[in-house]
Amino acid sequence: MKRKHLLAYGATILLIYALWYILSLLLGSTILPDPFIVFSQGFMEIVERAFWAHVGASGFRILAGLIIAFCTAIPLGLFLGSNPRFDRVFSPLIYLGYPIPKIVLMPIIFVIFGLGDMSKIVLITMIIFFQLLITARDAARTIDTEVIYSLKSLGGTRLDFYRHVVWPVSLPGIFTSLRIVTGTSVAVLFFVESIGTNKGLGFYIIDAWGRADYPTMFVGIIALSTIGIILYETFDLLERKLCKWKNP
Amino acid sequence: MAISRDLLRVRGLEKTFSSGSDSKTVLKDISFDLAYNDSLAVVGPSGCGKTTLLLMVAGLLPPTEGAIWLEGDEIKGPSKKIALVLQHYGLLPWKTVGANITLGAKLQNIGISGKELQETKKELGIEALDHLYPAQLSGGQRQRVALGRAILLRPSLLLLDEPFAAIDTITRERLQSGLLAVFKRRRFSFIVVTHSFEEAVFMGRKILVLDNRAGIRTVLNNPDAGDIAFRSSPEFFERSLELRRVLEDLP
Repeated sequence: MKRKHLLAYGATILLIYALWYILSLLLGSTILPDPFIVFSQGFMEIVERAFWAHVGASGFRILAGLIIAFCTAIPLGLFLGSNPRFDRVFSPLIYLGYPIPKIVLMPIIFVIFGLGDMSKIVLITMIIFFQLLITARDAARTIDTEVIYSLKSLGGTRLDFYRHVVWPVSLPGIFTSLRIVTGTSVAVLFFVESIGTNKGLGFYIIDAWGRADYPTMFVGIIALSTIGIILYETFDLLERKLCKWKNP
Repeated sequence: MAISRDLLRVRGLEKTFSSGSDSKTVLKDISFDLAYNDSLAVVGPSGCGKTTLLLMVAGLLPPTEGAIWLEGDEIKGPSKKIALVLQHYGLLPWKTVGANITLGAKLQNIGISGKELQETKKELGIEALDHLYPAQLSGGQRQRVALGRAILLRPSLLLLDEPFAAIDTITRERLQSGLLAVFKRRRFSFIVVTHSFEEAVFMGRKILVLDNRAGIRTVLNNPDAGDIAFRSSPEFFERSLELRRVLEDLP
């Protein structure tokens, strides 16, 4: 990460904490504990094994959801985007499936997959699947005919076409989509972990809220946000490494 | 079975594009030959099917009627004996110059020695560009990289689609002379599609003039093509004028 980037991050964090501190003074520390209380609570929590068990459970669910959605949606999106005939067949299904709020299917998913990790991973996967699929498909649609002719005339096979053209041309769009779905998947994770489980940061936050232990609740919020930031920055870093040609 | 000692034989070529109930014939009854070490320039107004003809010869578009033979074998798809340089050069923007130039050879499993690679780059003046991406190159540099990639395929026939269209006049003339010298040294046969009369007269030992009625208007013989001295001779300007008159008479 560049120094300027780190400085901008540091300045933003300081600004947030300054605003937070002012707000806690205005609202009273029972409703909004001041950041120093939250920090000292955080230091006490991070030495506890139980805290890391919650972080681990949330991290596993979100990563599993992202990986499964990525491995299914991206190849399908790239295939549809580069095969107009199949795209025409599947387009109505995508247009019908995308706007349905998949979160309302949560009770059904819980009935089918139980209350364990599987149901939570399935819900995260289902919700981000369409976003990744549509981005990958649309990115693959932008391939220039001249590039297709060029690769064919060089002796490229169908597999070479995916490897040397479809995949690299779609990669920047895929990374943009991954950054967007990071926010969605963290939100879904919080929601699914707040019901019928005793593991995960969603449960940790709701449990602390129920006990009116606001400093611990804020520790959970910061931990969940940190997972989102780490994922976001990882995708950003990967894009800079793998798509150097966009900003040579 | 060998049909001719010509490198390329094109007979009765026709191309019709259909979309629903609409159809448009862009080329009809096109026949010509190209001998080994020979060159052909294809000129004509916009939309007359020059690029379509080139893509059919490259095996990238199937003809509606007629056939094309290369060294006696009918062309039914992309051939390893043909290399194509497209109008916008067809370089992959996500690959560096080094990766772009060797891509074709890698895809066709052609073993390129380091010496051959270096010599080709040096010949084209692109030896210091390996780490750059196509977006960082000038039009002339991109064109030479695309040409290097085509040359490394060691083709029997090179196809060039308006290779100098995006390049300024002075650079264009320098590149034309440079490329012709490379082709001569490597004994390449080539077909070049162009809008420019002067380019056609300088590069093509035969000039094929296409019209908008989907056919060949005329074939001009131009045996002095490629000679630097010819370019500044009165004959060059006379032949350019002759070609201009043919094109102006087109419907």
